[in-house]
Amino acid sequence: MPISPLQLLLEPLQETFLQRAIAVGVIVAVVCAVLSCFMTLKGWALMGDAVSHAVLPGVVLAYAFHLPFALGAFVFGVGSVGLIGWIRQHTRLKEDAVIGLVFSGFFALGLVLISKLRSNVDLGHILFGNLLGISDADLGQTLAIALVVLGVLLVRGRDLLLFCFDPSHARSIGLRTGALHYLLLSLLSLAAVAGLQAVGIILVVAMLITPGATGYLLTDRFGRMVGLAVLSAVIATVLGVLLSYWIDASTAGCIVLMLTLQFALVMVLAPRHGLLAQRRRRQRRTSQLP
Amino acid sequence: MVPPPAAEPAQRRLEVSGLSVSYGAEPVLVDVDVELLPGSICALVGMNGAGKSTLFQALMGFLQPLQGRIRIDGLQVAQAQRQQRLAYVPQGDQVDWQFPVRIWDVVMMGRYGSMNLLRWPSRSDRQRVREALQRVDLLPLANRQIGSLSGGQRKRAFLARALCQEAKLLLLDEPFTGVDRPTENLIIQVLLELRQRGATVLIATHDLEAIPRFCDQVVLLHRTVVASGPTEEVFTQSNLRLTFGTLAAADPPVRSVS
Repeated sequence: MPISPLQLLLEPLQETFLQRAIAVGVIVAVVCAVLSCFMTLKGWALMGDAVSHAVLPGVVLAYAFHLPFALGAFVFGVGSVGLIGWIRQHTRLKEDAVIGLVFSGFFALGLVLISKLRSNVDLGHILFGNLLGISDADLGQTLAIALVVLGVLLVRGRDLLLFCFDPSHARSIGLRTGALHYLLLSLLSLAAVAGLQAVGIILVVAMLITPGATGYLLTDRFGRMVGLAVLSAVIATVLGVLLSYWIDASTAGCIVLMLTLQFALVMVLAPRHGLLAQRRRRQRRTSQLP
Repeated sequence: MVPPPAAEPAQRRLEVSGLSVSYGAEPVLVDVDVELLPGSICALVGMNGAGKSTLFQALMGFLQPLQGRIRIDGLQVAQAQRQQRLAYVPQGDQVDWQFPVRIWDVVMMGRYGSMNLLRWPSRSDRQRVREALQRVDLLPLANRQIGSLSGGQRKRAFLARALCQEAKLLLLDEPFTGVDRPTENLIIQVLLELRQRGATVLIATHDLEAIPRFCDQVVLLHRTVVASGPTEEVFTQSNLRLTFGTLAAADPPVRSVS
């Protein structure tokens, strides 16, 4: 019996390890995509990059001492953010300089620890993700992180949105903006930990920024922005995993490439905020001139 | 003779005494005293850099005083904020107008402080937002993104947010900058209604001409209080000269108030 092209494309979905990879990837994608909307609006892309790099020593130490890797990563993620804030307050340096030097320092510490501790940690898996070979224990932790982050966002999401939009007003109605600041950073650390399971430390910032950026160019409503970001991240994850199977290439690379392609398309074609729409508007305005 | 009884602290809506605030090492406000009663509108007048914004920042607890104290209805700032006694209408230059929220969402943010923990608006929350939007003539635009509004409409949206907060003390930072005449009149009307209902309004403004129309109190500020009291007594050319230096006297923006 001849095989249709569709069957050929969907055939990999029969493989258990691929089903599992897609399932984990989609969970991670949803969590990171929701959070990416807050990151985009708050302007915390650099902070996301910093946190995701700074968790490396935490992951290495956790593996070495047989602790849950999420715990180690969380401690170092939040710790790096605290250190960034402290140096910022006590020196004359600007924030971007402090962020850059803290996260690279933490990352370097992680590299040294890996080479000295001789644990069975595979640096490649941490740096570039290991979606196809995820262990049961790691899967459980990722699920737990996802539930915690989504649960907190469900309960505190509106306060966090207000904090992103107008911190002065948040403060003036008695919300503790300092606590909200650290809550958002903690969620960022957790999501970074989940994300590095899927795409690794280097590329996790793409999961934490790109879906939100894509959604932001498509709509002027926050609710829809979240929905579109999630949709975009899920599609990119499924297609990315399948693509990596078909062409036998890096899974993380394929997922992030899909995310970036979607963004590029949206940037050009978005109905109101896309480049083409802007050009049309400019032309219409010029043609209306006498 | 029996000395007059000291006013109950709770009768004063706002009490600022001996307030000194510094931004970094440089003191910006020195020994500021302001006292406002319920049901009054007070203009806060001073040059750029005279410390108006710093005073607002201190009133909202963003800056910690070096010295002195602030009481709102006899409460400390943080307490007053938790009880929704204080509303702030920002100038708007710090706001990200591209932010994906509708007018409705922005005004609803005024209700957050009194909502349940999940911030799910109740029927009465929605009703109050509708009334506030109606009052500032923005109800038909409720579903528009905030950036699509004109300057005057943006100010009205933030005023509506403060209205549905139902606070006792409103702080307005330059509400007339960049707004059209109808909006200015509408804002003044709303403030007069608030005073009628016993609220207190402190308004930082450069629009000296408008002040005698609706402010019953004036505080002239230049690092410290130059003069304060009822408009007709305080809002004089000589006091303004003290506040602004010779610049204002050369180009008098004020109609004489007699």
